[in-house]
Amino acid sequence: MDLSLIIMQLLSGIALGAVLVITALGLTIVFGMLGVVNFAHGALFMIGAYAGLYLASLTGSFWWGLLLAPILIGAFGMLIEFVLIRRLYGRSIDDPLLLTFGLSYILVEAVRIVFGSDGIPFPTPPQLIGVLDLGVGFFPRYRLFVIALVAAVLVVLWLALEKTRIGLIVRAGARDPTIMQVLGVDIGRVWLAIFGLGVGLAALGGVLAGPMRSVNPEMGSLVLAEAFVVTVIGGLGSIVGAVVAGLMIGISISLVALFAPEMATIVMFALMAVVLLIRPEGLFGVRGRTV
Amino acid sequence: MPKSGSTPKITRRTALAGLAASAALLAMPRLGRAAEETIRIGFPTPLTGPFAAEARDQVKCAELAVKLVNDKGGIGGRKVELLVRDDKLNAGEAATRTLELIEKDKVHAVVGALSSAVQLAVNEVTRARGVIYVSISQSDTINEAKDFSKYTFHEALNPHMTTAAVARQTLKKGMKVAHLVADYAYGHEMLRGFKRAQTAIGADNVGEILHPFGAADYSTFMPRLMSMRPDVLCISNFGRDQANAIKQAVDFGVKQQMKIVVPVILHNQRLAVGPDVFEGVVGGANYYWGLETQSKSAAAFNAAFKAANGGAIPTDYGAYGYSGVGSLLAAMQTAGGTDTDKVVDALEKLQYDLTKGPQHYRKCDHQSVQSVLVLESKKKSAMANDNDLFAILANDSGSDDMLRSCSELGHAT
Repeated sequence: MDLSLIIMQLLSGIALGAVLVITALGLTIVFGMLGVVNFAHGALFMIGAYAGLYLASLTGSFWWGLLLAPILIGAFGMLIEFVLIRRLYGRSIDDPLLLTFGLSYILVEAVRIVFGSDGIPFPTPPQLIGVLDLGVGFFPRYRLFVIALVAAVLVVLWLALEKTRIGLIVRAGARDPTIMQVLGVDIGRVWLAIFGLGVGLAALGGVLAGPMRSVNPEMGSLVLAEAFVVTVIGGLGSIVGAVVAGLMIGISISLVALFAPEMATIVMFALMAVVLLIRPEGLFGVRGRTV
Repeated sequence: MPKSGSTPKITRRTALAGLAASAALLAMPRLGRAAEETIRIGFPTPLTGPFAAEARDQVKCAELAVKLVNDKGGIGGRKVELLVRDDKLNAGEAATRTLELIEKDKVHAVVGALSSAVQLAVNEVTRARGVIYVSISQSDTINEAKDFSKYTFHEALNPHMTTAAVARQTLKKGMKVAHLVADYAYGHEMLRGFKRAQTAIGADNVGEILHPFGAADYSTFMPRLMSMRPDVLCISNFGRDQANAIKQAVDFGVKQQMKIVVPVILHNQRLAVGPDVFEGVVGGANYYWGLETQSKSAAAFNAAFKAANGGAIPTDYGAYGYSGVGSLLAAMQTAGGTDTDKVVDALEKLQYDLTKGPQHYRKCDHQSVQSVLVLESKKKSAMANDNDLFAILANDSGSDDMLRSCSELGHAT
């Protein structure tokens, strides 16, 4: 097996992992801060892809779609939190889970009614069509762009959480919401923003995945399963965990595809089983966490 | 919990069987009145799930076939009714719905199914109850002796026919061929067909990669496929897998190095990813509306479909719904009713031409002998209008030579 092939394979794995990271991130942030297991995450990923496609065709530019869709769908997420999820805080964890599960069906069916159940083409932005010669082989420009963009989003997110005052409130709110309220912080507004951020990240994942896959109403269901696997391996609620696990899964799938391609999908579930056996709380999870 | 749930199910089934038996007894004195009874055709198809688009086209065309017969006064004065059921692309669901169609709705025959596993499940039920089943799935395992019964008919093309026709147009002696194959019955059947054809032509196999069914990402297979340096890449998968695999292969620059070939090129998937992605991809098909310039039957079918569907054109899978139901109704017409043995006999003798030229069911395995189209996806600038998707590279007229022999399938000759 020659080295250039393995390098190319690693790179495909990182690109695949990047999409996993961005989708799992929204799921894990919402769970970590709000204790809500968002089963509508996959459907919102799909809505993001449709919104991106719609906005791109409206404005004539992929870039507007990429910028506006996450903002718009993030705002829609805040509406969902404000109208529906807010009422369920303090109740059993099953309640928001069931609510979002039902919501995902409504969203998928709504898209089927509006856009039809057939797939719709999502053209790759013209600047990123084609392949780039990396010396060891050719790699699609668009996938390189996805890796770079996800890296940039992660840096911005990390800076915002670790270096800003808002980040400080968010981190403290995740640890002890009651004390935060006593200190005079309107924790409801923080949760609203966090849910919006989580949904916005799902939508961003959807827009990024659009040009790599065809856009259809069911595209979110597989993504939801993958995102759950990533968050379980990384540790529920852990941002670092989501990043490490996402890349780990992407690279594992890619390297397994090289030797036993038919096992490529199973490998991520095998990884999850192993992690659960050895470290049930996930790689970066907190032991015995109850929400 | 599941235990207590399954017990009443069995009793219900027993009750159903009992009901059916008593209904049959009651029906006996009514034989004389059978002439007025409507003819009911059961039609299981995956209305929900990844093949929903294809299934909807099947239903539209099956309804059209029924309407055309009813407009001419039905069969022996009896109206025909189509009972569409969603099989959800699930073998268990399909078996339950088919059983219901037979025992509760008392259908006279069943037409339909799209996936290979669902087709087997439907066939299992109809065979056990002696009900005629005309399959329109592109997989043909039910034609092999072990699953076959005299009630089993296969109207669709089979993997052997399409891969042979596509290989003839695209492979040459000494060419290097690589395969990307969906890891389930359909993919394996197509791979077997391609390998048989490439051996006959003298092309070399340089590698096969099996991918999981329903995968969303194919990028991890691309570097290895490209390192095999083939002249032709055969992608044997179905539905959205086809669209996603081709799209991602194109992203990786595969088309600059090799030609992409598929066993069956899908109308709806070409629409789903656009002309640039599919440009130059070659694949087989049972039907393409553009055939109307070569075939009067195609022109008539297109016109009837357009009239019934606001000017839309029929698709490949739609045509199966039309010819599957149409051939059955033609045989019932000859048989003068719904007597199963007479209809089976009529189907075996039937010569029909509904969408694209003469077809008939081969006696030994009830496979429909028919023409195979080989299509090439047009580039955007060459398209005259939005419906102008493909160029017809070949239209191989049907002959028994296209099929695997009766003895190869395990039938007595």
